[in-house]
Amino acid sequence: MTDTNGFSLTRRGALVSGAAAASTTALPLDAQPLPAETPAATVPVSFTVNGKKRTLDLDPRVTLLDALREHLHLTGSKKGCDHGQCGACTVMVEGKRINSCLTLAVMHDGDEITTIEGLGKPGDLHPMQAAFVKHDGYQCGYCTPGQIMAAVAMLQEVKDGVPSYVSPDLTAAGRIDAQEVRERMSGNICRCAAYSNIVAAIADVAGAEDVA
Amino acid sequence: MKFDTPAGRNPIDQQKVIGRPTDRIDGPLKVTGTAPYAFERNDVAPNHAYGVIVGAGVAKGRITRIDTADAQRAPGVLSVVTYENAGKLGKARAHTATMLAGPEVEHYDQAVAIVVADTFEQARDAAKRVRVDYARAKGKYELKAAKDGAPIAKGDKMKTARGDFAGAFASAPVKLDATYTTPDQSHMMMEPHATIAAWNGDELTLWTSNQMIAWAVRDMSETLLIPKEKIRVVSPYVGGGFGGKLWVRSDAVMAALAAKAAGRPVKVALARPQLMNNTTHRPATIQRIRIGADKAGKITAIAHQTWSGDLPGGGPETAANQTQLLYAGDNRLTETHLAVLDLPEANAMRAPGEAPGMMALEVAMDEMAEKLGMDPVRFRIVNDTLVDPEKPERKFSDRNLVRCLEEGAKNFGWDRRNPKPAQVRDGDWLVGMGMAAAFRNNMNMKSGARVGVDRKGVVTVATDMTDIGTGSYTIIAQTAAEMLGVPLDKVVVLLGDSRFPVSAGSGGQWGGNSSTAGVYAACVDLRRRIAQKLGFNSDDVTFADGKVSSGNRAVDLAKAAGDEGISGEDTMEYGTLEKDYAQATFGAHFVEAAVNVYTGEIRVRRMSGVYDAGRILNPKSARSQVIGGMTMGIGAALMEDAVVDPRFGYFVNHDLAEYHVPVHLDVPHQEVVFLDTLDDKTSPMKAKGVGELGLCGAAAAVANAVYNACGVRIRDYPLTLDKVLEGLPMA
Amino acid sequence: MKPFTYERATSPAAAAAAVAAKPGAKFVAGGTNLLDLMKLQIEAPTHLVDVNRLGLDTIEATPDGGLRVGALVRNTALAADPRVRRDYGVLSRALLSGASGQLRNKATTAGNLLQRTRCPYFYDTNQACNKRKPGSGCAALGGYSRALAVIGTSKDCIATHPSDMAVAMRALDATVETVDGSGRTRTIPIADFHRLPGSTPWIETALTPGEMITAVTLPAPVRGTHIYRKVRDRASYAFATISIAAILPESGTPRFAFGGLAHKPWRVAAAETKADGGAKAIAAAALAGATPTSQNAYKIPLVERTLAAVLAEGRAA
Repeated sequence: MTDTNGFSLTRRGALVSGAAAASTTALPLDAQPLPAETPAATVPVSFTVNGKKRTLDLDPRVTLLDALREHLHLTGSKKGCDHGQCGACTVMVEGKRINSCLTLAVMHDGDEITTIEGLGKPGDLHPMQAAFVKHDGYQCGYCTPGQIMAAVAMLQEVKDGVPSYVSPDLTAAGRIDAQEVRERMSGNICRCAAYSNIVAAIADVAGAEDVA
Repeated sequence: MKFDTPAGRNPIDQQKVIGRPTDRIDGPLKVTGTAPYAFERNDVAPNHAYGVIVGAGVAKGRITRIDTADAQRAPGVLSVVTYENAGKLGKARAHTATMLAGPEVEHYDQAVAIVVADTFEQARDAAKRVRVDYARAKGKYELKAAKDGAPIAKGDKMKTARGDFAGAFASAPVKLDATYTTPDQSHMMMEPHATIAAWNGDELTLWTSNQMIAWAVRDMSETLLIPKEKIRVVSPYVGGGFGGKLWVRSDAVMAALAAKAAGRPVKVALARPQLMNNTTHRPATIQRIRIGADKAGKITAIAHQTWSGDLPGGGPETAANQTQLLYAGDNRLTETHLAVLDLPEANAMRAPGEAPGMMALEVAMDEMAEKLGMDPVRFRIVNDTLVDPEKPERKFSDRNLVRCLEEGAKNFGWDRRNPKPAQVRDGDWLVGMGMAAAFRNNMNMKSGARVGVDRKGVVTVATDMTDIGTGSYTIIAQTAAEMLGVPLDKVVVLLGDSRFPVSAGSGGQWGGNSSTAGVYAACVDLRRRIAQKLGFNSDDVTFADGKVSSGNRAVDLAKAAGDEGISGEDTMEYGTLEKDYAQATFGAHFVEAAVNVYTGEIRVRRMSGVYDAGRILNPKSARSQVIGGMTMGIGAALMEDAVVDPRFGYFVNHDLAEYHVPVHLDVPHQEVVFLDTLDDKTSPMKAKGVGELGLCGAAAAVANAVYNACGVRIRDYPLTLDKVLEGLPMA
Repeated sequence: MKPFTYERATSPAAAAAAVAAKPGAKFVAGGTNLLDLMKLQIEAPTHLVDVNRLGLDTIEATPDGGLRVGALVRNTALAADPRVRRDYGVLSRALLSGASGQLRNKATTAGNLLQRTRCPYFYDTNQACNKRKPGSGCAALGGYSRALAVIGTSKDCIATHPSDMAVAMRALDATVETVDGSGRTRTIPIADFHRLPGSTPWIETALTPGEMITAVTLPAPVRGTHIYRKVRDRASYAFATISIAAILPESGTPRFAFGGLAHKPWRVAAAETKADGGAKAIAAAALAGATPTSQNAYKIPLVERTLAAVLAEGRAA
């Protein structure tokens, strides 16, 4: 079997036995000839980033994350997985935290976007940024902007009355404790695992006494 | 400078700056997103193109045909590099498999091509248009099947023995013979491997994410067959490594090839789903442990045999390491076997050897304590040793395991533990306590630095050391500040550039002690030069409060530096103290875990420990290192498992949605206490590594707590709920 | 990601017409699943119709005491709506158990229903998958199947549906409202919305090409204890190994829908009438005919055990 389109010809059984046989081919499955179409046209898009109006002409395939990092050179938002599995790309759109890797830039025409660069600068840190420094709420630093953006937006969600899976009573007003912080921050992976310190930093900002 | 006799009193002992829980000096950059990681260096290569790597779709075989025509014709594509047009490449000695496949394919997702285009979107799409045909070959993918007959691995201490293990074990009144397994694990650092490569004539610069700059230069030289002098590697910020970035990987090699082909700088990042199969992983192990003891709990016989697999020419997971040193016992045996497997390259991941080794040994110790009817803390204390048990004439440089155990037990409230499993219930949860020793070897590596003072009194340290989240920037600044008597904000630290003196780099938890020792050496050289310049007798010169003083003379450091500034440089090298003394770090982990009576779900409720790693250079960043290790231990205990599909020879769950690492909700507040000790045989810093210690034993402490909670002993990691349910009676 | 063209729709009917008119066109709403799959070329639309600004983002009371949830209502907004929290606790809890705060802020009600499986062989384009490439085979059979389906499977597919929200909606007897390219609307009971794989696992829902979800309607609330219990090894940000949406009324027949078991939210009427027999009887009826693999056979006892937990919680409430 040496047909490149062979996967539609080979059932699983053939594939499995092929794995043991001397010669089987047929990969990749999804290579397809180039369609006879023109290159992707660009689409104009305007949005406000950290208070500044930005206008770009983008291939519609460009994600919001890549628009920020590769086109606006705002590299504070990180690409950890590009698939919504880590949270390193967290930004706020219209005040709400989202994964900027899983949305197209062209879908955000007219939106107000806040990135880590819009929160504070060295020497003029946002309280959450300062708390992360104070509590050593990071190690390698790669997930850190996402953690901070998520934390700031998360505290607002609590204020807005959004419950969480660990809230004992869904109808009770938002209250914050350590388990609430942990559940609500679980979309931000930190492989260096500064979690214990990150929770302390967030508690510091939230003024929550029972967060330990 | 050579460190060959135990350290006497030196300026570090002042601990005016060193030893303080200082905030990281790179913190403000990291929290504002302005610390530049490799892929973000748009400043150095503004005209760069984008490269996307195509990985092999089979685990073993030959490429019979590569058709790049569609990819070449795709919009924006500048070039496609495969083994057919890459030119002659070497294989770095540090690499087990090559970074570019062809015609042989050695493992799944091994790079077979890189597609370069003007934009990332174009390159990613065009990469899917490369068509590769393979002649698939039969491979070996299952350790269990390859274990029998796997020989003892080549290398030092792969088989060790003392006394008569077989005889002593046979006659021991209490004994355990148990086999444990640990799965393949993936580093999964948050920043995927990334590189920008740029050629200037025959000179190559790589802005990359790498733990070991000098190794990176060497390995690129051996791969590209160009002189080391033509290669510059820059890696000042590294988004995590855990051993996965000890050696250059395909991103660097393919970026260099792509940049040459495209005639432009090229930037490349591995896609997250590529990481697990394209790069290295910690290999799975099978570990058989036998322990015999007398009725008082004194170990009389201990054996640890371990098996792992790797590609041909690769190395073993040295999971018996700690068993050679941790506990007493006159009759002993360790064996480290290596099987050939055709999975991706197995290699170092945080605490190679001890991390999986302690997962097995410390559960075996728990099982043995139970057989003896002894408290597990007590059992370990009884079997403490102050000498290398394989070589009793060799002492430990400093060992305070017993203190860690005792203080840890006290802090944790260990005396409240019910030794009988499955007795404590809290609502729907069975609650238990477990503990384990922590143990990790200490290694010291040659390390150099250059230190200068300018006319404003600003101290600049330059070394090719890396900071992979470990806190290198800060402890190096603290070292220089201490040595030169200046406040921390007068120190600038430059790291991760092959133009700087060669350092220890970051690995094996040697980075902290070794790199600061190198900075110490450079500072000693600089102090000598300054004293000489001022005409001081260098023996009684004090550097304090921004001044250099001798007798009744005092000169501002800035003045002493003068308009032209002054600098020193040296490399710390080591004598035989590491051979003469066993050097290691110690600790005791304590965990409270809960097991859901209905579902078998496991949650860690409390986690604390006491650790001994000599002088703690910065308690704040050292704590972070330890909690990071402890958390990786939670992952290893409960969820991390790179699943092999033995039909196709690859890790199936190859992204962060399917390969689970702990998230916030898995991790309780963690208490870390450091013993206030100094080890004068490691370096003038009197410090030891702390970056891996927190991991070693942590998973076993979780596993032991799970057993105490629910009475189900699981010897195959990770402890997922299906394994718990097999032994958990219906509530 | 293959090149595509992009347009922003002006009305639901226009959106449906635009997708119906172009082969390979797709709607994009939250994008949290579609973009993920497009990057891997598992999805490769030629044209994207952005439906985000069609005003389908409100939750309105219906005349019969229920709620009509716009297709574009974000998961967070739905979970946090005071009426949902008070009257449809099982739905709020299910939504909150899924994904992460960031994803829930973006993911929509309609998109959540249309999520595709997390089967690792579906996700690796080197492997055979009948969903991704009809006729290529199912590499999951005989492969890594710990998380995969135990019931309603076929020889062509053992994938699960990953949604939590849909499981709660199944327990609530929601209905899905749609409009197609010719402007025709219809309602589809949630029970009929998702399909079993059979011999066509790539056809996952009852939607026709170009048909667009406009709303999901929840009938009047069922009073009683609402529970959504999601079982997983990682404490959060993980798909369910299994999950149970339960509504335990003070009197009358309880309702149980299950996630993580099948290609669709799993609900068996006979299991609910057996509720007096306890967890064992409910599980036996719900799982009659199950065909687990050796790797996911643990789900069978796990269902019974989790039911026991749910019933105990119900008694305690």
